[in-house]
Amino acid sequence: MSTYDIAALLILLLPILSFAGLSFLGKRITPCTAGIVGTTVLFVAAGLALFTAYGYFFQFGEVAGAYAHHTSLEINWLQFNENLSINLSIILDPISVMMLVVITVISAMVHLYSFKYMHGEERFATYYAYLALFTFSMLGLVVSGNLFQMYIFWELVGVSSFLLIGFYFTKPSAIAAAKKAFIVTRFADLGFLLGILMLSYGAETLDFFVLIERLTQPDSVYLASFTATSFMGLSALSWGLLLVFTGGAGKSAMFPLHIWLPDAMEGPTPVSALIHAATMVVAGVYLVARLFPVFAISAPDALAIVGYIGVFTALFAAVIACTQTDIKRVLAYSTISQIAFMMFALGVAGWGEEKAEGFTASMFHLFTHAFFKALLFLGAGAVIHAVHSNEMKDMGGLRKSMPITHITFLIACLAIAGVPLLSGFFSKEAILNAAYHGNPMIFYVALLTSGLTAFYMFRLYFRIFWYKADEHGHHNHEKGMWAMNLPLIILAIGAAFTGYIPFGDFVSADGKPFELPFHLTFSIAPVLAGVIGIGIAWMMYSKQNSNPDKVSASFGRFYNWAYHKFYIDEIYLFVTKKVLFNLVGRPAAWFDKNVVDGMINGYASITSTTSEAIKGMQSGRLQTYTLFFLGGVLVVAILLIVNFI
Amino acid sequence: MEQVPLSHVLILSSCLFFLGIYGFFSRRNMITMLMSIELILNSININFIAFNKYLYPHQLEGVFFTLFIITVAAAEVSLAIAIIINLYRKFNTIDVEDTNTMKF
Amino acid sequence: MSASAVMFYILGALVLTFGVLTVFTRKIFRAAVYLLLSLIGIAAIYIIMDMQFIAALQIVIYVGGIVVLIIFSIFLTHQAGERLPSRLPKHLLWSILLSGVGLLLATHILYHFSYKPSIEPAIEHSVKNIGTQLIDFRSYGYVFPFEVVSILLLAAMVGSIIIAMKTKKN
Repeated sequence: MSTYDIAALLILLLPILSFAGLSFLGKRITPCTAGIVGTTVLFVAAGLALFTAYGYFFQFGEVAGAYAHHTSLEINWLQFNENLSINLSIILDPISVMMLVVITVISAMVHLYSFKYMHGEERFATYYAYLALFTFSMLGLVVSGNLFQMYIFWELVGVSSFLLIGFYFTKPSAIAAAKKAFIVTRFADLGFLLGILMLSYGAETLDFFVLIERLTQPDSVYLASFTATSFMGLSALSWGLLLVFTGGAGKSAMFPLHIWLPDAMEGPTPVSALIHAATMVVAGVYLVARLFPVFAISAPDALAIVGYIGVFTALFAAVIACTQTDIKRVLAYSTISQIAFMMFALGVAGWGEEKAEGFTASMFHLFTHAFFKALLFLGAGAVIHAVHSNEMKDMGGLRKSMPITHITFLIACLAIAGVPLLSGFFSKEAILNAAYHGNPMIFYVALLTSGLTAFYMFRLYFRIFWYKADEHGHHNHEKGMWAMNLPLIILAIGAAFTGYIPFGDFVSADGKPFELPFHLTFSIAPVLAGVIGIGIAWMMYSKQNSNPDKVSASFGRFYNWAYHKFYIDEIYLFVTKKVLFNLVGRPAAWFDKNVVDGMINGYASITSTTSEAIKGMQSGRLQTYTLFFLGGVLVVAILLIVNFI
Repeated sequence: MEQVPLSHVLILSSCLFFLGIYGFFSRRNMITMLMSIELILNSININFIAFNKYLYPHQLEGVFFTLFIITVAAAEVSLAIAIIINLYRKFNTIDVEDTNTMKF
Repeated sequence: MSASAVMFYILGALVLTFGVLTVFTRKIFRAAVYLLLSLIGIAAIYIIMDMQFIAALQIVIYVGGIVVLIIFSIFLTHQAGERLPSRLPKHLLWSILLSGVGLLLATHILYHFSYKPSIEPAIEHSVKNIGTQLIDFRSYGYVFPFEVVSILLLAAMVGSIIIAMKTKKN
């Protein structure tokens, strides 16, 4: 094992050790110690991740001009037969190394930030333990070398996000949100599991790289037999990939499985930043990216569906984001929309250097988005911490009392709106460029959506920091908040400058470095869309006025629909409560109560009746027993004599 | 002695055996039941000795079995009497019909 | 018919008679005495079968040990003079039936079974032979069962002391 392998292993081990330590010793140590331990561990892990990334990209990753995957650790865990086994492995390849960096850095920031934000919380150590568990699960997910290991960590992510979302378990809404997140993603994971079974059946392996090789070589027997059968116009392979994508859509909150994400804002705000900005929600994108060669080469039809679902979700979530008044919900819908950007960027990509641009663009956006969205959430958290409310109507004019938050939030908003020279501009440009070449229809919708993005982000910004005079007095809310301000500043630096990383050199579909195309003329339209969005937001929200009401009134019913999130939650409730409960749940309950329980009760009552009837034989009389015994012996003796003599 | 057929000896021991069995069933007093058990054991001993004497005169196995049976019988009687005395202390009776607490 | 054969039948009849009396008498102390006589009769049968060692054991252990122990316990349980209660007729009937059937079965088999004596030369059933083979640890030696049985006796002794010991009332 080289130093880098040990570093990669340590990145995984440190958070789980921190989790174990904090959960077992959490009651014995002071909250301060727990926070310091948790944060230190994550900073060390982040350092190791950067070290590993340096090692991978500049020292040993490149083999024959392309970044190949590198197996740091492989343990044969379950051997089913000669062909199929489940290994536990740590795989380093461009996207997993990138994810390691993103996750550990964002998680370290969140750990540091929580130190102040969660101050005074009774279960402080538990909170840090959960954060560490979550980070571990996510890290395990990205370094998985096979589908099943990924599934295991995938579920671990689900569990730990359940714990984090429901952290305030005394609040009924938090419990409901945690349950909702768990059930919806679990439901989607059913598709993922089915997809895993299909893919592993078809390719006779669970290992990603073997699977990709077997399912992409044109003369492969596996591919031939897999694509031979088809159902509803899609081949079995496409169905398997779509089922896997269902799992990804659940975690990444793609329409129509997005409903859990806005509700998951019930958790502590740093948790929202961790789960929704950098980690859990991009798991779906990561999953599709992992299997991207199979999608792109062998099942372009499935990839197209991914693209359409992505672009629809992007627009849909952006429209809802424009109408929400809870600032965390605006950010939640913005997250859905941005994740959808990554998803359709993958969807429009094809195989081959130029065509696979979408892949790089998607990963690029994932990378930059992690910084500015974590920054937005943490900034929103600082605002909520100061105002003690999530609602926009309680805010306004905070730019004087919270200068650092204001500046960093502005940088994040500019970045997400795609204003030139900030990170979001480069990644969004790349996505739009890929969409333009891949599927013009998706491009136009995406252009509209990026305009909407700029609008709702600046609506949020103006509404928090301008709009009206500060009602909270002019004292500085940020004094003594270095633990909260420092992550904001670091992330702001990331949000501003990560766009300058020559991303194409490091991450591409086939591992070969290439130049992300950049056309100055092409970027006019997206920048214009962004500027128009910002301008409209400025007109409506920079000062207190009646414009917003007029505009929303002019949209009439459509505004109402969007405000109520297009009634998706209500449709779900109708389907589950009215249809499923009555048509499936109740008959099943009746069957369970009467038939299944009846059978069991029947057995029990037969047994008890029989024993009641024969219990008299156990009379406690020694001689009766011996009489029976002797009688039995004699009968057996007579039988033996009659039969054998 | 040689004129007594083996079967007569065995029938004697069988009679003793089933006498013991009958006594074991018909008595209610634990000590008399114990006596019946002694009868049963003795009838077995007679069998062993008779087989040794009549069928396998070149061996001593029957003698040894008798010997061990007598030893085990002694151990058994000492334990049984200890139990009986303990029972008598607890229930103030050694009638098997009155000490039937081990039931459903 | 030789004298020893006559002796055997007389002794057999005595043993059975005392056995019957043991089982049927209503006085417990008498039952113990009849058992004693029956056991002595069996010892006599051993003697006429040339098994002096076993006969001696019978007298020493059964007559001198076990029956004395039984009489002892009769006195300890204060029942020497009492008449024993009789059983329900139904129970008695079952007892007679089962023992009768068993006896008939056994005699039937014993009569019709053809015994095959071994033809090897007999050895003397003397104390010397018995002792040599009993303490022998080579093949056909009985030293291991001998030791096991001695441990069993010890255990029984300790056990009966523990069981019969008066528990302290606290």
